[in-house]
Amino acid sequence: MDFVPIMSTLKRHKTAAALIALEIALSCAIVANAVFVIRERLDRMSQPSGIVVTELIQIELEGIGRAGSEPSTRDEDMAALRAIPGVRSVAATNQVPYGMSSWNTSVNLEPDQMQPILNGASFYGSEDLLETLGLRLVSGRGLEPDEYQQYEALVERGAEGAVPSVVITASMAGRLFPDGDAVGRTVYVWSDQPTRIVGVVEHLQRPGDYFGPSDREYSMLLPVTAPMEYGDRYVLRVDPERREEILAGAVDALLEIEPDRIVSEESTTTIEQLREEFFQQDRAMAWLLVAVCVALLAVTAAGIVGLASFWVQQRSRQIGVRRAVGATRGQILRYFQTENFLLATIGIVLGMALAYAINALLMERYELARLPWQFLPIGAVTVWLLGQLAVLGPALRASAVPPAVATRSV
Amino acid sequence: MLRYYFSLALRSFRRSRVLTALMVLAIALGIGSSMTTLTVFHVLSGDPLPGKSDKLYYPQLDAESMVGYVPGQEPQNQLTRFDAEALLAAGRADRQALLTAGRVAVEPQSAEPAPFHADTRYTSADFFPMFDVPFRFGQGWSGVEDERRARVVVISEALNDRLFGGENSVGRTLRLDQIDFRIVGVLDHWRPHVRFYDLTAIDRFGGAEEIFLPFSTSRDLGLSRSGSITCWDSTGTDPTGLNAPCVWMQFWVQLDSPRKAHEYRTFLENYSEEQRAAGRFERPTNVRLRNLTEWLDHNRVVPSDVRLQTWLAFGFLAVCLLNTIGLLLAKFMRRSGEIGVRRALGAARRTIFFQFIVEAGVVGVAGGLLGLGLALLGLWTVRQQPASYAQLAEIDGLMLATTLVLALAASLLAGVLPAWRACQVTPAIQLKSQ
Repeated sequence: MDFVPIMSTLKRHKTAAALIALEIALSCAIVANAVFVIRERLDRMSQPSGIVVTELIQIELEGIGRAGSEPSTRDEDMAALRAIPGVRSVAATNQVPYGMSSWNTSVNLEPDQMQPILNGASFYGSEDLLETLGLRLVSGRGLEPDEYQQYEALVERGAEGAVPSVVITASMAGRLFPDGDAVGRTVYVWSDQPTRIVGVVEHLQRPGDYFGPSDREYSMLLPVTAPMEYGDRYVLRVDPERREEILAGAVDALLEIEPDRIVSEESTTTIEQLREEFFQQDRAMAWLLVAVCVALLAVTAAGIVGLASFWVQQRSRQIGVRRAVGATRGQILRYFQTENFLLATIGIVLGMALAYAINALLMERYELARLPWQFLPIGAVTVWLLGQLAVLGPALRASAVPPAVATRSV
Repeated sequence: MLRYYFSLALRSFRRSRVLTALMVLAIALGIGSSMTTLTVFHVLSGDPLPGKSDKLYYPQLDAESMVGYVPGQEPQNQLTRFDAEALLAAGRADRQALLTAGRVAVEPQSAEPAPFHADTRYTSADFFPMFDVPFRFGQGWSGVEDERRARVVVISEALNDRLFGGENSVGRTLRLDQIDFRIVGVLDHWRPHVRFYDLTAIDRFGGAEEIFLPFSTSRDLGLSRSGSITCWDSTGTDPTGLNAPCVWMQFWVQLDSPRKAHEYRTFLENYSEEQRAAGRFERPTNVRLRNLTEWLDHNRVVPSDVRLQTWLAFGFLAVCLLNTIGLLLAKFMRRSGEIGVRRALGAARRTIFFQFIVEAGVVGVAGGLLGLGLALLGLWTVRQQPASYAQLAEIDGLMLATTLVLALAASLLAGVLPAWRACQVTPAIQLKSQ
């Protein structure tokens, strides 16, 4: 196909051609960025949590009187929960991934360090926590029952209080000791007393959403019981098929032990439900972006169809003349297809530059990452295909113009 | 003349129905999406206390130890209990209140409803007049009751409906955490769109608490606190103790003139210096005193997703407009012959331009009306979303007017170029080619 006659035709319709190219450019740029944001959200949702999400349920309850004023029924509670058929393992904890409340502390390599290395989430609870959450130990060991101390007693000892052992995530180990094995090394996470790392787990997402992506898995398990002040929080690892039934039974069993308690409705649920709620906003945003992309592409396609139809109509005499002097239908068809291809290409080139400009703006304002170049060919191919699809109708109509039109006077 | 142009426009629409429908739909989609997001943005970025937001200030002090010190960095976003109580006692502002979040168990006197936990605000007397909190029955408590650690409580309209069927419950008893409190006030409907007085909460758009009681009483009784707390040293047994190295209190002051604000800043600096001299503060003096508007800005109250959506919608509108310009241009230029005849018969360029801009305007109004419908539909969809700010997404008169103006302006803007090109048509060439 010869580009020259097409270019000279487009030059005679500069404004319209420029408009359509600009429209293609703008939608191309927006779609590239939107698809990028969608992928980022999907990535976020598919990050490993480290826990066996589908097997876990959480129960949270609190006494009616002032916190900690009554004797704790925790041991009795846990024994009752373990006795429920279908329950595989039970642990007390102060927080769970995807939960709302979070406990965080700075982690140091020296006592009295002036600039903490990182801030990590501290999981307290009971000795079966690692096993109940289904964490995968990659080196060292878990926490031993005899290492556990009561939170309140520990706090009472003030600066003297010491936590001898800790299990951390591989992510935190990599940040603290980039050069090698963390097991056996010392960190400072409680007062100024040393704590020895005894084990490393593969993954454990921290609760909440206040820390950046690089800090997402800075979590550790400390051999400290869950504080009494905020009531009791239990995680149960159960048969996934029977989660709902066990949840109801477990609440009844606990209220039988001590009826003067209030069960927190929003927290007493499956971890899968918590996860669902945690990502609700991301999911809604991703769907919204999908909708906008579809609408944008539809509008752009409509614009191409409208303009191409107009051009076909305007040039029907020329088309007739060309057909009369021997052009085949295929050649007419390809003429309009090539024209559209050219316009789309100009739009794409402009759009790519614009996409990077928009991305730069988003990076500055919304802490978005740089747009990877792989998105550009995807955007280009999409727009080319869309253009060709949109122009097909008008181009077919053009190729159907009979040569006789040339001889007819208007 | 206008009516004639109007009928010409309608005739032209009838001639090319699909093209016209496409243009109207494009404008409607663009307007609908941008108005939906703009309304959400407008609601969330609105001033929670119009007329007062430049008089309310949020003091910040740098009470932390030298660990992690970076010169000039932003101080903590809350105060220690010691400092909040000291500033309250100093009473240097026109009004001042300390506040923090808590949670208490409510035991209704009847069997129904069953006991439940309610979000509570522990605060001091000035909270109610300072934030213009409306009362249905009774009133807030006074400074005397703060001092006496009185067991008084103010409840929300919703809680009063739930517990007392909406009756005047002032003087009645409310049992909280197994302790009897006397109700002194019931709020009227009060739903600030953002919980502006405490931005540390995870959910800033969930509305105000159900129960308000004196902070002094809450400490006296050891009621449990909730919300964010940050400690930088070994806390001892109680992180909520008077001398604990923890920040967990918000503090607001009302300063009626810029001069007073300036004086208060000086007072804060002096206070900070004194504390350093006394050995309580380790860091160099680093105070902040932002007013409510500045504080909301600083905390980026409008969620970044909402801002991103607004940008996105306006990008979409731009594409829709480009689309409309292209289609209008095509449509107008197709009528070059007609324009040529009109020009030859003596129509001025201005007249032609006017005729076509009217046609563009009609497309715009139709698109705008349809867009308004789409925006209402869009806002309804937003309200079905789980985020707590979603339910606030209602259109108001201002946004309604903005929608129509935006639609008309957009379509006239889209019409300018095509209409201008149309009036440039030279009659001679058109007539010749006939």
